[in-house]
Amino acid sequence: MKSAQEELIARTRKLAEEVAGVAAEACTLMEVCGTHAHQYARYGLGELLPERVTLLSGPGCPVCVTTAGEIDATLELARIPEVTIATFGDMVRVPGSESSLAHERARDADVRVIVSPIDAVEMAECGEREVVLLGVGFETTMPSVAVALREARDRDVGNFTVFCAHKRLLPALDALMAAPDVQLDGLLAPGHVSTIIGWAAYREFVARHHVPCVVGGFEPDEILRGVLALVRQLAEGRAEVENAYPGTVSEDGNPRALALIDEVFEPCDASWRGLGMIPEGGMRLREEYAQFDALKRFGVEVGEGAEHPACQCAEVLRGAIRPVECRAFSNACTPANPLGPCMVSSEGACAAAFRYGERPGGMSESGGKQ
Amino acid sequence: MCVAPPFRIVELDGNTAVVELGGSRSTARVDAIEDPQVGDYVRVHAGLAITKLDPDKAREDLVLFRELGML
Repeated sequence: MKSAQEELIARTRKLAEEVAGVAAEACTLMEVCGTHAHQYARYGLGELLPERVTLLSGPGCPVCVTTAGEIDATLELARIPEVTIATFGDMVRVPGSESSLAHERARDADVRVIVSPIDAVEMAECGEREVVLLGVGFETTMPSVAVALREARDRDVGNFTVFCAHKRLLPALDALMAAPDVQLDGLLAPGHVSTIIGWAAYREFVARHHVPCVVGGFEPDEILRGVLALVRQLAEGRAEVENAYPGTVSEDGNPRALALIDEVFEPCDASWRGLGMIPEGGMRLREEYAQFDALKRFGVEVGEGAEHPACQCAEVLRGAIRPVECRAFSNACTPANPLGPCMVSSEGACAAAFRYGERPGGMSESGGKQ
Repeated sequence: MCVAPPFRIVELDGNTAVVELGGSRSTARVDAIEDPQVGDYVRVHAGLAITKLDPDKAREDLVLFRELGML
């Protein structure tokens, strides 16, 4: 009997062959999910697919699309003596204009890594310090931050606030289609954002831009099932929304999660790294939750910030260049000494490309086309 | 990261659940799922269960995660 792993490999190979059979013409597809980028590199899916099918990484890593100005604001918050920063781990090493949370921690800032936002509320309840939760993430993460805010309000936790840097995916997709240096033939939509917003949420996007859009899961066979659905639509001249991640993603998403988001947040214009200011591209706290706004409480403003002059994360995030095409990739910029967020976050396209052996001029370090 | 193995609810107290994966336990909130029950498999993101999973598919996935050394 075959192991589950062998069956997975067989399924994945078969799907890659099917993609090759269906894709008659060259096409450029894009995923918008850090985990897709990671899995694609990890399983070497680029080498399984025919060369004429290109799958680019888009702005799917929430930490990566956070702007340098927002990072600088978190650093300013971290430098306030009474503040404890509670954050998901990926944010700690992301460089701002001059420093990172890791550097601030070395200079005595109190920076704690949490797994669940509710932990930050409990941290505040158990102590005297001002706990500031960094609210970073797409629709997938918003509901859990909303739960934390609701708990803080219900339990009257006065020393808890949130720096709300959440980003909304759909407005960013429109911005991506308008970018002059990117031409996309199809979009592989992220599985877990879609778990929350539902696959029907992409209908208007597809109608506006006439590009196929398929929701894909995270295992290598699930990703290729999404790619196959995309190339099939292209071959048949269709542009529709399809769900290649059934069982997890439904048409209307998770109504409870959406209600949680809507109770606490409202859309606002927001700047994305790589895409600039996007109308309704972010979230802010509703008036009812304004007392929990960290920027207001501590009088901190989000400025422009400055990216490292050699860093090309902005172009990588739009899919205008691949990570290996960045001038700093694997020389000035490595996971040990990252210049930009795409090399820091485990979801970043550059970190995935570096970790799984992509190097300039070849596909793989061990036996590839160097 | 979104590669989320299936967690199983082993205890429930209001909106807080104890969930288990590969023998280790943690807590997760269940505010966002309908009628959570002990024994349900759920996908957890940032400490919140975001969807229930089909139990047969969840058990299949667990076998795969174990073989891949991810548990």
